[in-house]
Amino acid sequence: MLSSILRKIPELLLVMLAASLLTFFLTWVSPGDPAEIYFEAHGISPTREALSELRHELGLDRPFLVQYGSWLGQMLQLDPGTSLHTGEPVAKMVKRRFHMTFKLALTAIVLMFFFSFFLAIAATLRAGKITDYLIRLFSFSGVSMPDFWLGLLLIMLFIVRLNWFKLTDPYAPSSIVLPAMTLAIPLIGRYTRQIQAVIGEEMNQDYVVGARSRGCSEWRIILFHALPGALGGLSTLFGLSCALLLGGTIIVESIFSWPGLGSMAIESITHRDYPVLQAYVMIMVCLYVGFNFIADVVGELLDPRLRSDGGRS
Amino acid sequence: MRLRLNKNHQFHLSLLLALSLVMIALCGPLLAPHDPLETDFIHILAPPGDAYPLGTDQVGRCILSRLLYGARISLGTTFIMLSLIFVLGIIIGSTAALRSGILDTFIMRLADTILAFPDLVFAIAVVGLLGPGIVNTICALAVIWWTKFARLSRALVRTALTSDAVIAGRMAGSGKIRLVLIYILPTVLPPLLTQLCLDIGNMMLALAGLSFLGLGVQPPTPEWGNMLSEGREYLQSAPWLVIYPGLAIFIVVVIFNILGDATRKYLNPHRF
Repeated sequence: MLSSILRKIPELLLVMLAASLLTFFLTWVSPGDPAEIYFEAHGISPTREALSELRHELGLDRPFLVQYGSWLGQMLQLDPGTSLHTGEPVAKMVKRRFHMTFKLALTAIVLMFFFSFFLAIAATLRAGKITDYLIRLFSFSGVSMPDFWLGLLLIMLFIVRLNWFKLTDPYAPSSIVLPAMTLAIPLIGRYTRQIQAVIGEEMNQDYVVGARSRGCSEWRIILFHALPGALGGLSTLFGLSCALLLGGTIIVESIFSWPGLGSMAIESITHRDYPVLQAYVMIMVCLYVGFNFIADVVGELLDPRLRSDGGRS
Repeated sequence: MRLRLNKNHQFHLSLLLALSLVMIALCGPLLAPHDPLETDFIHILAPPGDAYPLGTDQVGRCILSRLLYGARISLGTTFIMLSLIFVLGIIIGSTAALRSGILDTFIMRLADTILAFPDLVFAIAVVGLLGPGIVNTICALAVIWWTKFARLSRALVRTALTSDAVIAGRMAGSGKIRLVLIYILPTVLPPLLTQLCLDIGNMMLALAGLSFLGLGVQPPTPEWGNMLSEGREYLQSAPWLVIYPGLAIFIVVVIFNILGDATRKYLNPHRF
């Protein structure tokens, strides 16, 4: 088991290294010149000498691989440089905003797990009944619902009409409710469908037939037989749905003016603030790859059938 | 008596719905009551009424006309992009499977690297660095999306290569091209087509989402995502600016997701 985890780590590092190369390459081919952007942000129209001096200072006149090497070195020391727009160290900006995105994503994950398991089990228990159809309708709408529209509808209902929440203070404890709901509802829809499908497959397994013939009740079979058998696969699926979660934070943060990493990324695009955008992209890649790795390991722990050696060790 | 649709009816019905959507999008200019860019300063933010069935926006443009013209852009971009990526992904994936070795390793490593980025984050990175606009958005989404079809078709072709039918074909003396066209393609196509149908909705959501963030189609060109983005300023005074474009996206995505589900049941009957 341990060796199967250790064997994955070099592969993981290689993928992350390649992703960093790709990120840096995109910046390198991008049409904007950081030196010009820097002067522009400070309201200076630079002379040709000043430009080439700054380009030399920033190392932009060096070959691609040398630039990439020094950039990667900086990234590994967790120092992605300074913002071209504000001149603030990017690490500080990230530190200030990270916990807001973390809080939002964590709340959405908790909501997602709670509701999707609840709904999927309820739908399996009441298969073919009206509850089942209503849950199917909900999860199908959740999957097809554009999150940006959902967020605006929730604002319209709960803030404009009912006046239950305020948009002005994102740090107030109650203001997380609407953004977390916007992020969670499409995820709940998708994950409910996946759990239902996986449990449904387990329900045809021999051990479930065995349990049924021993006279176990249906909910007991789902909770104690089918669900444990399905958890391993569900863990892997959860890792994949993190892409939706991490991408969703950008849109949700932009709708609710939530001061997290996503709105930082959007601001950095308007100001063409490349160091900030690079840092953002690399953080998201690390989180996504990390989540998937953990989800895979948990999946293998829960379900030895998923291990590459077939669960013999 | 309860009406029960079998999987054939389901498939035909959803196909009919999807085709009528395509027809509406194609005939948009004929159906639209106004020019989508024409401003009417007497009727700014007019609620839905006789002259403007779905109301007007902040500069007095007809929402319905903009939605109809926007349908051409949303659906058109999605279809053209997906069909190109579909063909390209299959060619890349099956080449990797058939010619294993260094080429295979390289292609799959490249796909792994791209898949290390969450979809939207990658698109935002590309568009953010190369500059907003529809062309860059399309490039960004294409760079992500080919990996899905390439990986799926590689896996399917590898499985098909060991199937009895292909071995029989090889024993019968078929050449490589004949083998691919007659023995392999028909077995790998149904799952790929299912994936294609399921991806139409996802692609539309991604495109509209990027336009909503101001990175995709730029105003004043009517597109559902950027209409929503412009309308969010008027949530309180003119909710129809947000309700109708969002509803349009939702309905279209629902219809294509239904088509996707129906296609899956129709093409892979024994699995579901």
